[in-house]
Amino acid sequence: MDFDYTPQEQSFREEVRGFIAEHLPPKEQRDKNFLATWLEKVRAKGWVGFAWPKEFGGSDGGLMEQAILKEEMSLAKAPPLGTSMMGLAWVGPGIMEYGTEEQKQKFIPDILDSKVTWCTGYSEPNHGSDLAAIQCKAELKGDHYVVNGQKIWTTGAPWSQWIILLTRTDFNVTSKHDGITCFLVPMDAPGVEVRPIQNMAGDKHFAEIFFTDVQVPVENRLGAEGEGWKVTVSALANERSSIGEVTQLQAKLDDLKTLVKNSKRQGKPAADDPNVRRTVAKFEVKIAAMKYNGLRYLTKQIKGEPLTSETSVNKLHRASLEIEMDDFAIELSGQAGLQLKGGEEAVDGGTWSKGALNWPNVVIGGGTPNIQRNIIAERILGQPKD
Amino acid sequence: MNFGFTEEQNLLKEQVQRFMKEACPMTRVREITANETPFDQALWQQAAELGWLGLTIPENYGGLGLKWIDLIVVLEAAAEGLCPLPIASHALASTAILHCASQDQKSRWLPAMASGEAVVTIGLYDEANWIAAEAVTAKATVDGDTVTLHGKKPFVNDALAADYMLLAVQGPNGLALAAVGSDQVKVTAQPTIDSTKPMARVDIDGVQITTADLLAISPEQLAFLTDCGGVATTAEMVGAGAAILEMTSGYAKDRIQFGKPIGQYQGVKHRLADMFVDLESYRSLCYFAAWAVDDSPQELAKAVSMAKGYASDAFAQIGIDGVGLHGAIGFTADYDAQLYLKRSKWARPMYGDSDYHMDRIATLGGL
Ligand SMILES: Cc1cc2nc3c(=O)[nH]c(=O)nc-3n(C[C@H](O)[C@H](O)[C@H](O)COP(=O)(O)OP(=O)(O)OC[C@H]3O[C@@H](n4cnc5c(N)ncnc54)[C@H](O)[C@@H]3O)c2cc1C
Repeated sequence: MDFDYTPQEQSFREEVRGFIAEHLPPKEQRDKNFLATWLEKVRAKGWVGFAWPKEFGGSDGGLMEQAILKEEMSLAKAPPLGTSMMGLAWVGPGIMEYGTEEQKQKFIPDILDSKVTWCTGYSEPNHGSDLAAIQCKAELKGDHYVVNGQKIWTTGAPWSQWIILLTRTDFNVTSKHDGITCFLVPMDAPGVEVRPIQNMAGDKHFAEIFFTDVQVPVENRLGAEGEGWKVTVSALANERSSIGEVTQLQAKLDDLKTLVKNSKRQGKPAADDPNVRRTVAKFEVKIAAMKYNGLRYLTKQIKGEPLTSETSVNKLHRASLEIEMDDFAIELSGQAGLQLKGGEEAVDGGTWSKGALNWPNVVIGGGTPNIQRNIIAERILGQPKD
Repeated sequence: MNFGFTEEQNLLKEQVQRFMKEACPMTRVREITANETPFDQALWQQAAELGWLGLTIPENYGGLGLKWIDLIVVLEAAAEGLCPLPIASHALASTAILHCASQDQKSRWLPAMASGEAVVTIGLYDEANWIAAEAVTAKATVDGDTVTLHGKKPFVNDALAADYMLLAVQGPNGLALAAVGSDQVKVTAQPTIDSTKPMARVDIDGVQITTADLLAISPEQLAFLTDCGGVATTAEMVGAGAAILEMTSGYAKDRIQFGKPIGQYQGVKHRLADMFVDLESYRSLCYFAAWAVDDSPQELAKAVSMAKGYASDAFAQIGIDGVGLHGAIGFTADYDAQLYLKRSKWARPMYGDSDYHMDRIATLGGL
């Protein structure tokens, strides 16, 4: 056990820091072309798809270096390393693992070059947590499939060019995990209709998508027919290390402490209130627990030991932190805390109040806390399934 | 960066687990702790032969020269079976000697500690729920070479088993640890609800020692030793927490009600998941704190407060749920779950409860 970074790790960190110092201007100095230039530069550096194999355009980077890269980028509040978040997180890895040679040639470079944005078509109106029961239908007709059905809560659907789509090709199966097939579908295909949905924070990030007789060529199938669940599970298992999230939470905690120092409770400094102090300390401890859990799991991964859903532990911590920290900031600020951006008395530009409306992104998206608890109890502790 | 145990540490863990299973199973733990002097000399000797008692003592004093991160491997694994041997107290005492004693004192005390010949414990604070230099109220007055002690140490861990003990006192020149033989003082058992962690009151009024048996310590060293105590206690909370979680999780798979294993009900399985989340989290925090003892002392205070602050309340809840999820059987004296609940009560205030640690985190974090 050694928490000190090796000289190689340390010099990689220096390299990242140096790059950031050179290429990341302060927010107010960034012009219109900044993002495009930034993306080009990080791409040229080999930091997009950093851990991906070189043959696919990645850098074969180590997991620890990847964590360092994410940590430094997150500390510097740098823009993302690519605009196709889902492409980089699971669509790309899914294609590398299950895709044909043509699919790899066709899709991987565009993901790395931020030319194409992907969205994820898993959830349906009647099948969210119980994902494997999906009903969106795909039928083989000659050299193409015909897709009919509906998806919902698809993040980024309004601006994505492609979707990774989970369908059912076989309705006569004994296990619902069978008969599922995965496709790569262009969003401008005839018969695809996107209707954005506004969320409680006022944003229209996700949408429902209707598929009516959409023709999808056989070569756009990812993996074999009926093997879609395997593709999905391996994609979801491509869990990102939580290091980046931890640095974001740490930055948020720093902001919260500043707020505490500037706040009063019943006319007295909030920082002297034992309840306030303990509440903030508990946030700090939970974030530290996430950090050290994450490093422990990362070490396991590097040693090649199997991870059995331990990441659900940090997902649960993050879910409660996302809800509690914003709420606490609002409570601390009284009515002013309730104002959104633009409000006369809005606190910290309304970030806390906005956050208090935005937690479902993290808490519900990607599996609810109840589902995370099921995963821990069933897959780690071996309890019987519901 | 490598946050995993080495092959040697994994083997050490297996060795301790085997020892607990074969030499000190729960039936034996119950026997030992029912004795008036809850100590098993034969087991202690075995532990000594396996090298556990001198783990962090340098080789030139007969120890293995390892670190606290190795020590907590032993403490954690031993606590899975609620081992009643005073390994933690002994290790803490040797750490105190290593960090605070003179060359001569080290040569005098450490070899016998490494070999297990002497059982040594340590008593720091005299006021309930108060961790501060002022909470050391026992005194030492010095006249020439003679030191006279005054006061009492109300709750000293493992004092009944100890051959001698290091007791914090206010001396003429500040804080000190007084090394006193148990034959010099009056040791009175102070039973608590956890019989696997025997405590005793030590009366030292009028006891005389020589200056050669006095170790001056700074308030920082007192704080350091307290933090080491926090690490040791938390490591035991990791082991004990893992054991009761395993026991409860196993029971939930076997116990059938309404035609199904109770582990299939979310009221049960989600509690188990929460126990796991908490255990994993204070486990990670504890390992980091244990590493910090030797390799990053400037981070120790905060690291310990995070680990112990989290573990104090979390393990208490794990103890309660461990008993509760068993139903009435968990409430019975013969069933072992209750012993872990008792350990959770014992551990909660030891070296600082969660309120103390959370407040310290706030202070150290700039509030
Ligand atoms: C911001 C956001 C972005 C999203 N983005 C995407 C996306 O890009 N692509 C995509 O495919 N999906 C996306 N989703 C959908 C998300 O994956 C689902 O919302 C989630 O899996 C829950 O499904 P559901 O909403 O249908 O709720 P349900 O499954 O109906 O659950 C309702 C409630 O019942 C509980 N529940 C359900 N089953 C159980 C059980 N077995 N035991 C105990 N409790 C249970 C849940 O915890 C929840 O509280 C997004 C969701 C959100 C909020």
